[in-house]
Amino acid sequence: MEFAELIKTPRVDNVVLHRPFYPAVEGTLCLTGHHLILSSRQDNTEELWLLHSNIDAIDKRFVGSLGTIIIKCKDFRIIQLDIPGMEECLNIASSIETSEWRLSYVNKEFAVCPSYPPIVIVPKSIDDEALRKVATFRHGGRFPVLSYYHQKNGMVIMRSGQPLTGTNGRRCKEDEKLINATLRVGKRGYVIDTRSLNVAQQARAKGGGFEQEAHYPQWRRIHKSIERYHILQESLIKLVEACNDQTHNMDRWLSKLEASNWLTHIKEILTTACLAAQCIDREGASVLIHGTEGTDSTLQVTSLAQIILEPRSRTIRGFEALIEREWLQAGHPFQQRCAQSAYCNTKQKWEAPVFLLFLDCVWQILRQFPCSFEFNENFLIMLFEHAYASQFGTFLGNSESERCKLKLQQKTMSLWSWVNQPSELSKYTNPLFEANNLVIWPSVAPQSLPLWEGIFLRWNRSSKYLDEAYEEMVNIIEYNKELQAKVNILRRQLAELETEDGMQESP
Amino acid sequence: MEHIRTPKVENVRLVDRVSPKKAALGTLYLTATHVIFVENSPDTRKETWILHSQISTIEKQATTATGCPLLIRCKNFQIIQLIIPQERDCHDVYISLIRLARPVKYEELYCFSFNPMLDKEEREQGWVLINLSEEYKRMGLPNNYWQLSDVNREYRVCDSYPTELYVPKSATAHIIVGSSKFRSRRRFPVLSYYYKDNHASICRSSQPLSGFSARCLEDEQMLQAIRKANPGSDFVYVVDTRPKLNAMANRAAGKGYENEDNYSNIKFQFIGIENIHVMRNSLQKMLEVCELKSPSMSDFLWGLENSGWLRHIKAIMDAGIFIAKAVSEEGASVLVHCSDGWDRTAQVCSVASLLLDPHYRTLKGFMVLIEKDWISFGHKFNHRYGNLDGDPKEISPVIDQFIECVWQLMEQFPCAFEFNERFLIHIQHHIYSCQFGNFLCNSQKERRELKIQERTYSLWAHLWKNRTDYLNPLFRADHSQTQGTLHLPTTPCNFMYKFWSGMYNRFEKGMQPRQSVTDYLMAVKEETQQLEEELEDLEERLEKIQKVQLNCTKVKSKQSEPSKHSGFSASDNSIANTPQDYSGNMKSFPSRSPSQGDEDSALILTQDNLKSSDPDLSANSDQESGVEDLSCRSPSGGEHAPSEDSGKDRDSDEAVFLTA
Repeated sequence: MEFAELIKTPRVDNVVLHRPFYPAVEGTLCLTGHHLILSSRQDNTEELWLLHSNIDAIDKRFVGSLGTIIIKCKDFRIIQLDIPGMEECLNIASSIETSEWRLSYVNKEFAVCPSYPPIVIVPKSIDDEALRKVATFRHGGRFPVLSYYHQKNGMVIMRSGQPLTGTNGRRCKEDEKLINATLRVGKRGYVIDTRSLNVAQQARAKGGGFEQEAHYPQWRRIHKSIERYHILQESLIKLVEACNDQTHNMDRWLSKLEASNWLTHIKEILTTACLAAQCIDREGASVLIHGTEGTDSTLQVTSLAQIILEPRSRTIRGFEALIEREWLQAGHPFQQRCAQSAYCNTKQKWEAPVFLLFLDCVWQILRQFPCSFEFNENFLIMLFEHAYASQFGTFLGNSESERCKLKLQQKTMSLWSWVNQPSELSKYTNPLFEANNLVIWPSVAPQSLPLWEGIFLRWNRSSKYLDEAYEEMVNIIEYNKELQAKVNILRRQLAELETEDGMQESP
Repeated sequence: MEHIRTPKVENVRLVDRVSPKKAALGTLYLTATHVIFVENSPDTRKETWILHSQISTIEKQATTATGCPLLIRCKNFQIIQLIIPQERDCHDVYISLIRLARPVKYEELYCFSFNPMLDKEEREQGWVLINLSEEYKRMGLPNNYWQLSDVNREYRVCDSYPTELYVPKSATAHIIVGSSKFRSRRRFPVLSYYYKDNHASICRSSQPLSGFSARCLEDEQMLQAIRKANPGSDFVYVVDTRPKLNAMANRAAGKGYENEDNYSNIKFQFIGIENIHVMRNSLQKMLEVCELKSPSMSDFLWGLENSGWLRHIKAIMDAGIFIAKAVSEEGASVLVHCSDGWDRTAQVCSVASLLLDPHYRTLKGFMVLIEKDWISFGHKFNHRYGNLDGDPKEISPVIDQFIECVWQLMEQFPCAFEFNERFLIHIQHHIYSCQFGNFLCNSQKERRELKIQERTYSLWAHLWKNRTDYLNPLFRADHSQTQGTLHLPTTPCNFMYKFWSGMYNRFEKGMQPRQSVTDYLMAVKEETQQLEEELEDLEERLEKIQKVQLNCTKVKSKQSEPSKHSGFSASDNSIANTPQDYSGNMKSFPSRSPSQGDEDSALILTQDNLKSSDPDLSANSDQESGVEDLSCRSPSGGEHAPSEDSGKDRDSDEAVFLTA
């Protein structure tokens, strides 16, 4: 988790900065993980860099649609930002404000939890000492942290590893206190355990377990069953085998597709994610999600729930940030999971297409809401490829701490820096995209969940005609934009000429 | 009207199939043509209209505490569940509908009372919109090899064939009549499609009455004549679309198939498409799967496979592909038949023609294709689709399968068709609706006797009038996919054929993609057109002003306000460009509900609704409403839906409450 997670609006144009001793400056306001930056974009002198940690208090005011934020700093300085558009203003303010949540550096040296990033977001009322205690009670030291904050109603998704209750029902006061601290007064929350009750009970014999309601009376537990490890890997192997089968018998194809269980996994994961989103958005309840380690099915669910709930995660930058946060920083062991794919015979037990299943689920939602995503199918395919084999360092290692040790940032290039070049980006941009600020609820009926042909039949059938159709679609939209631009220019010209005309006439 | 025992029942509940706990309270009306349910809810007053002719089955279920449930399954795959408070009312409705859904006379059908308020002239024009004589002319007929035959005038030779028939020039009346006597129901070989690029043709007939050894010289000469009409090839394919076993069984009944030894220069080929009874059962099984409440993925895939439906679709496609290849690549003519030559033969000939000729992939061309291969050649619409009460064993989804084949092709060649999915769905709907006269009766002869054209309206004119609703935005006349033959991969793979939820689950809106790419692109194209017009207008005005200024004349064009241009503003654009806004003009329709009114019933209600006839494929802005689907479609999502009243479920809640 990083602080950038809290940034709702990373950039606003036409902001006016007022500060002591300087004339007002108009420029672009940027929020980064650590700084608030205002730049006039003219020369270097007209720039303000403000560390977030320097902020002591924030006031916001509105006059019409113009919003004003007054930032009071710890060094006593007071600056004022006039921001056009109220919503932006609120976003900026809330991005900076953390009334209930704080950043914790308790994992600075990866000592508390090796699979967590150095900085995580936790309830403000829980100190680092308590976090250390909670970490000993959670699998892999993965104490509950903030995954998503639902702006609309303040509800949150948290994730963690399983509680280590064992057979004798061990408990941990700090753990109870931590997760209760995320509830508003009188509210209840839901614990979504991605394992079936049976599996969760068996986990107790190995020292794991689940939250006993006696100790967590404000939480209601729901068990789902998302498969793991070799079951998923075998599913992938069977599916790919079925796709490569060239016999011409329709029935064998359907029964092989069925026997692979791939679409069953898709349905189960999506259903769980929808359930989590439903708790947040419809029930107005916060959710804690975990399975066993909290590094696989947990992340599938937390990230898909955000796709459903948060319009920004359906943009290219937002989706990249989602993967950075919910997969890379959250410690999904890419190295282990993606070491081999469908054709390898030597099976190791930690290989599993967890990330591919996630991408497939995203594709399913994209198929049902083709105009609500800024990226297209190719973007998902590209991510799949890079997760399994890449010239970039982004997906290397199993966690942030491993990537740190390997000094990947110094030694390799980031996939994002490559992808975000305009020439690359254009390949991945969905021409149909129209920002959709609604929560999108996909259907999880089997009739609505087809096979992702773009991945699984990619090398078995020609996509010529489909590619042509895509091209045609792009052409239709591009031509429209072109005309729009032309018309705008002519309108302006005409208006200018007409006023000129008018001026000649009037004197 | 005498069949309506009770015209109105109050306090009826219409059950939401997706979440059965929710039901709309309202009033049920029975009219001479429709079942109408009007919701009580004052702000919506939502209406659900069902044509009697769409009703497939009515099931009275066991009475419960809440009332007496009535389940109505429709031929357009809509399912309506009503709960009627009084058992007696339910029984009355049931008995009335049983009778109303099974008319015994053609005159009882909706098309004889349906009146879209067109004058006589417009109606007549509607009937000549699709003209088969023109179509044969377009194919390049008559020519040196083929001629129009009048042998069947007044249906003297074959009463299920049309009067206008093309036969090889060398086939004399004697040969034709002789051949017809050797064919089931006298359906002798005639031309279905002529491929002018290489003179090859597709001909159709019924099976020969060959038994174990019978021959017929004239029939052999007839096939010879077909071969001679194609100078490019020295043989003719004879394609029997039945499984070999079925064809052999027919020999015992004095029917059968051509013996290669008796006919010179034929290549005989079986292509196993199952008969109408197998197809009827297959659809039945598939619909049972579609009807399952919260099926698991395995239930669904297993049930789909078990139904065999997609296997049958593939068999029809394979036959069509074989014929199209024989014609276009080998340059050979093909004679197609099954038993009577009006079901499988119609499917296969039309699929092959569609693959061969881009004209049939246009709106009008597709209408022509159905008019030719189905309507004119005596496909038994009345029997197959149960328009009048008849033998249930005659009913079979023959044309539904053809329509699905077209959809499967559209999925693979998205730019090749001028029309969209909605067009196919509406044609399917009207084959059963009996709202238009096109699909009445079993043959042209019967339709003429009934004076269908004088007494009813044509569907083709209705569809043509609303053609903007049916256009595929990706279609471009100069696109490579719209040229020539559609080439499918040499080894058609199984995964090419997919379940068509847009048809079989079309009334379950939540299951369909919630935003329609087709509608989005159509809106963009419409806007583009407006922009083009505005651009032209602006250029013109600009030029005028510049000229005026150049001349330095004092004549000031008193162009009043800049907002004068053609009523098109930027804000309009943004609306046209937003997928969510499509529903803005759909609001008046109960677009999301599974119980959506029959599209054209709106037509009688209000004329202005005429245009946007069926909103069922439109993008739905009510995206958030998907949440209900979720809670009940998912096997456990519903049970575990965290609402307060769901506390009686398996593991999760037990776990919570047992230990508490």
